[in-house]
Amino acid sequence: MPDLPPSGQSILRSARGSSHFLRETLGRYYATLCGDLIILLTVTMVAFITFKGLAAFTGPHPLSPLKFLFSSHWQPDAGPDEGGPQFGTLVFLLGSVSVSGLAVLLAAPLAIAASILISVIAPRAGENFFRPVLELFTGIPSVVYGWVGLSLLVPFIRNQFGGLGFSLLAGGLVLALMILPTITTLATDALQNLPGSLLEGSYALGATRWQTIHRILLPAARPRILIGVTLGMTRAFGEALAVQMVIGNSVRLPDSLLNPMSTITSVITMDMGNTVKGSAWNNALWSMSLLLLAITFGFIVIIKRLGPQDTKNGNHF
Amino acid sequence: MATTSDLQTDRHLGQGNHKSAFRTDRIATGIFYAAGIFLVLLLFSFAGYIIYSGRASLNLHFLTTPPLFMQKGGGVGPQLFNSIYLLILASTLSVPLGVGAGIYMAEYARPSGLTRAIRLSLETLSALPSIVVGLFGLLIFINILGWGFSILAGAMALTILNLPVITRVAEESIKNVPPSLKEGSLALGATHWQTIWRLILPAATPGILSGVILVTGRIFGEAAALLFTAGMSSPPLNFSDWNPLHYASPLNPLRPAETLAVYTWKVNSEGLAPDARQIADGSAAVLIITVFLFNILARYLGKALQRRSRAC
Repeated sequence: MPDLPPSGQSILRSARGSSHFLRETLGRYYATLCGDLIILLTVTMVAFITFKGLAAFTGPHPLSPLKFLFSSHWQPDAGPDEGGPQFGTLVFLLGSVSVSGLAVLLAAPLAIAASILISVIAPRAGENFFRPVLELFTGIPSVVYGWVGLSLLVPFIRNQFGGLGFSLLAGGLVLALMILPTITTLATDALQNLPGSLLEGSYALGATRWQTIHRILLPAARPRILIGVTLGMTRAFGEALAVQMVIGNSVRLPDSLLNPMSTITSVITMDMGNTVKGSAWNNALWSMSLLLLAITFGFIVIIKRLGPQDTKNGNHF
Repeated sequence: MATTSDLQTDRHLGQGNHKSAFRTDRIATGIFYAAGIFLVLLLFSFAGYIIYSGRASLNLHFLTTPPLFMQKGGGVGPQLFNSIYLLILASTLSVPLGVGAGIYMAEYARPSGLTRAIRLSLETLSALPSIVVGLFGLLIFINILGWGFSILAGAMALTILNLPVITRVAEESIKNVPPSLKEGSLALGATHWQTIWRLILPAATPGILSGVILVTGRIFGEAAALLFTAGMSSPPLNFSDWNPLHYASPLNPLRPAETLAVYTWKVNSEGLAPDARQIADGSAAVLIITVFLFNILARYLGKALQRRSRAC
């Protein structure tokens, strides 16, 4: 039993006091206030970033939203004689998509394979060894991943494949390593939450373990595994510093694994501190922050749509 | 969904091709073992590499002396202090709020629009990239409230990052308390809040505490949310002046403060120290060791407290 204080008596004694109803009300108000604060915080955050992010599209020299999204001309400091500044963010958008996509492509198969080992094949080692290790590694700061990428991976790529080393490949590998523990943990949870009857029924019918895994367990756990993969993607997409350190930060479309490029987060990190508040350049960066926020919402919607299915699955039988 | 009927018509089973089915099974098992072992080796060699590269810096001199300008041999003393100070401030702000919200979600929330809105807000907050939280901090605390890059702004940003996690941990720990405890207390005539405050919260403390420590380990290494809130500079600190109102005092909450994680990120790009590489190696090792220590502490404390309360 959990720790009981000297118990019933003292509770009764203070219940006889006159202030306990006041405390009752105050306590409930406090808890409710904390809950409301979370809504307020979220709404404020979304509202302020949206407001600030839309500033670039209004005012005396409004930016065309279509150009902002679909143009790849990013020349924020071009003078009037060069045709004026250009704020097309396609380069960064595609950069973010390709680097986080590459990370998920690299990480997800390994993570799912490992989660099968942990949950189905070696569950005891999974619980006592793999899980604690994975938990340990989900907490590693992203700058540490970035620094290892910068000091080990970038020179390695430079020596093996030529080029600068700062590249889409380096970014994808660093992010893949970073999201591996997350996806593995969530995929393991998904598989472990399946009812044991699925496994037993399949074995009883004479199926081998592999047949059980790929015909019964994986399909049944698929929605939740996909949630794990999407969360990994969300993390990779929003990661700023680890990517910025290894990706090279040159403004170009991601045309090769070995070329340097930029992402939404890396350009915000690089330029937000160096641009004048209220300038067109600065406003464009805020618009990119809004874009990042909107894409994150997109991921949340995907996760939500995958979500409800998972409770149904276990009850099919 | 693949079901029993699929299996029965399966060619491997139906036509007596057992041998190949078993061979495939063995190959698959081999592949899964290889994947698991590869994953663990990858993670361990990653951690091993960081600690090995930074081993030269794991001494008191590096941890306590300030960085040097254009000179070798500087340490990370102020940065380490800033990280710890920020972490304490952020926890002081986020634990009461997070636990309060956790109590609300576990004890008071009814299935209503409000509860759904809180749930959605929590999900949103925990999915937000930390750079977005940092930008929000820049907008509110620096641009609008005009605090300047400061520890306080940094602590606020970290609080926003912490809140969803602490709320979830508190809610789960409270929901894990056996209902008999609550029912017994209510039957004795205690009010709901008395029951929460004197029975449920103490019983949920081990879970909450280990969650809080885990989260603390995470914000120790946070950098993206701090770049534009706590800032990327560290004014000279006078470690004999502990009056929070003095500018050079380490405790002054309105001074800019570069943390260890931010310094690790910045030291290479600025290159003001000739031994930037050693410094970054050392800081990375300190970061990873600290996170590991927090993790082990959380595990140990959680277990120890649970044992103690079971003994009663």
